[in-house]
Amino acid sequence: MEWYILLQQMINGLALGSIYSLIALGYTMVYGIIKLINFAHGDIYMLGAYFGFYALTKGGLSLGPALLLSMGLAALVGVVLERIAYRPLRSSPRITALITAIGASLFIQSVSQIGFGASFKPFPQAIPFQRIAIGSVFITNRQLIMFGVSIFLMVTLHLIVQYTRIGKAMRAVSMDKEAAMLMGINVDRVISVTFALGSALAAAGGILVGMYYNRIDPYMGVMPGIKGFTAAVLGGIGVIPGAVIGGFMMGIAENLVVALGSSTFRDAVAFAILILVLLLKPAGLLGKRQREKV
Amino acid sequence: MAILEVEDLHVYYGMIHALKGVSFHVEEGEIVTLIGANGAGKSTTLRTISGLVAKSSGKVVFDGHDLEKVPAHKIVGLGLTQVPEGRRLFPGLSVEDNLFLGSYLRRDKQGVQRDLERVYDLFPRLLERRKQQAGSLSGGEQQMVAMGRGLVSRPQLLLLDEPSMGLAPLLVREIFSVIEEINRQGTTILLVEQNASLALDIAHRAYVFETGSVAFEGETRMLAEDPRIRQAYLGV
Ligand SMILES: Nc1ncnc2c1ncn2[C@@H]1O[C@H](COP(=O)(O)OP(=O)(O)OP(=O)(O)O)[C@@H](O)[C@H]1O
Ligand SMILES: [Mg+2]
Repeated sequence: MEWYILLQQMINGLALGSIYSLIALGYTMVYGIIKLINFAHGDIYMLGAYFGFYALTKGGLSLGPALLLSMGLAALVGVVLERIAYRPLRSSPRITALITAIGASLFIQSVSQIGFGASFKPFPQAIPFQRIAIGSVFITNRQLIMFGVSIFLMVTLHLIVQYTRIGKAMRAVSMDKEAAMLMGINVDRVISVTFALGSALAAAGGILVGMYYNRIDPYMGVMPGIKGFTAAVLGGIGVIPGAVIGGFMMGIAENLVVALGSSTFRDAVAFAILILVLLLKPAGLLGKRQREKV
Repeated sequence: MAILEVEDLHVYYGMIHALKGVSFHVEEGEIVTLIGANGAGKSTTLRTISGLVAKSSGKVVFDGHDLEKVPAHKIVGLGLTQVPEGRRLFPGLSVEDNLFLGSYLRRDKQGVQRDLERVYDLFPRLLERRKQQAGSLSGGEQQMVAMGRGLVSRPQLLLLDEPSMGLAPLLVREIFSVIEEINRQGTTILLVEQNASLALDIAHRAYVFETGSVAFEGETRMLAEDPRIRQAYLGV
């Protein structure tokens, strides 16, 4: 194999990986705060793509405002989802909430199929396609935007979580809910904010990928959802930097498999990684050994 | 008028009747202590007051507010703060951030700054360690952070649940003298303690818990002389 093919796939991997990172962040934040795997997260990513689609076509917005609008709407969907589907189950056994999450995922897919139509839609090209050659490797402007917007959002999230009042409250709630209440922190509100942030990031990912692949459909969230989840587990679920690293590693691994000539296996990589992580290092790369609190 | 009035409190954990009609009160400016054996219901009492445990009947009135329908996170804002058993710091956050979260509801930045300085005055050791993760501190230092975190909410009434737990005797004495100092500076204190002799030493009044109810109560000077108390709780 030529080195530039490898380099090319690394570039493709970083671009796609940035999306997996965005998705993984939502999984990991929600898990960190209420110990729930929100299986409907990939579907919020899909909704984000559709919100973006309508904002660009029917709304006639340009990419930036469409992105913001879609992120806002997805945040709202995330908050409502938590409020009606997960909050009533907060003290139920975890398996109950998990099954509910799967149900919520199927529900969003079915409703979207009715609402948006089952067949795929061509995603409007908000910016003209350009390809930049560097030697014998290529970077498209869409990849640059995908990567750049993702990194920008991740840095913003990092600043929020580390330095703002609500970010500190989020971390406090994820460590000890009762102690957080004793500080006067409204735990329900903080959980809502967590869902809002995670959903907004996923929506951004949905739009960027819609643009990247030129098409969206109601099931487009399924595989990226699984890959984002795998990325979160790989990095150590509940650990924010882990989600970012896991996402990039997923993207690169997937594209390396393609470079090795087997693009049929591109989706299988996620499952292989998931199984390996769960067997060899269930806490993930950056995860601490699980301490179950009783 | 009493700043805290607890009336005929009943609490169940499933089938376990943990509090069987607990009544007591705390006057403004006092240090009141609740002592008693393991499992007597002292922590349950504090947790019920702070809204963390639901009572089946009874009444808790703080500073004229009936706490019946007040959710836990709103109680702090009324001026009632608890430093819980086991300290319950946010282990992955710095000392500074833990203290910041103690002041979570306050909007008066300057007032918070003053109170932070007061905390660092009371516990100078915390100043050097303010960037350190709270989980990496020694037990004594963690207790200091826990108390500091309680103080920066500027409570009228501070509930302390076993501040001496797991600390070396010298440190216990230090913590207790700080509790007296905090009280002198105007904060009313409700103190739960295993270390009965020290608690009786600094408190004005005491309630002795036995299996979910108050068995004795009175001025600490009187209780400390009572032979039953001396034998059962002071080991003399
Ligand atoms: N979460 C809980 N679930 C079930 N039972 C509980 C729970 N918490 C406390 N109990 C029981 O309620 C009773 C009172 O417990 P509590 O913690 O209030 O005692 P305590 O006086 O604080 O004891 P200690 O001095 O050991 O801290 C005990 O019998 C205890 O086993
Ligand atoms: Mg206790």
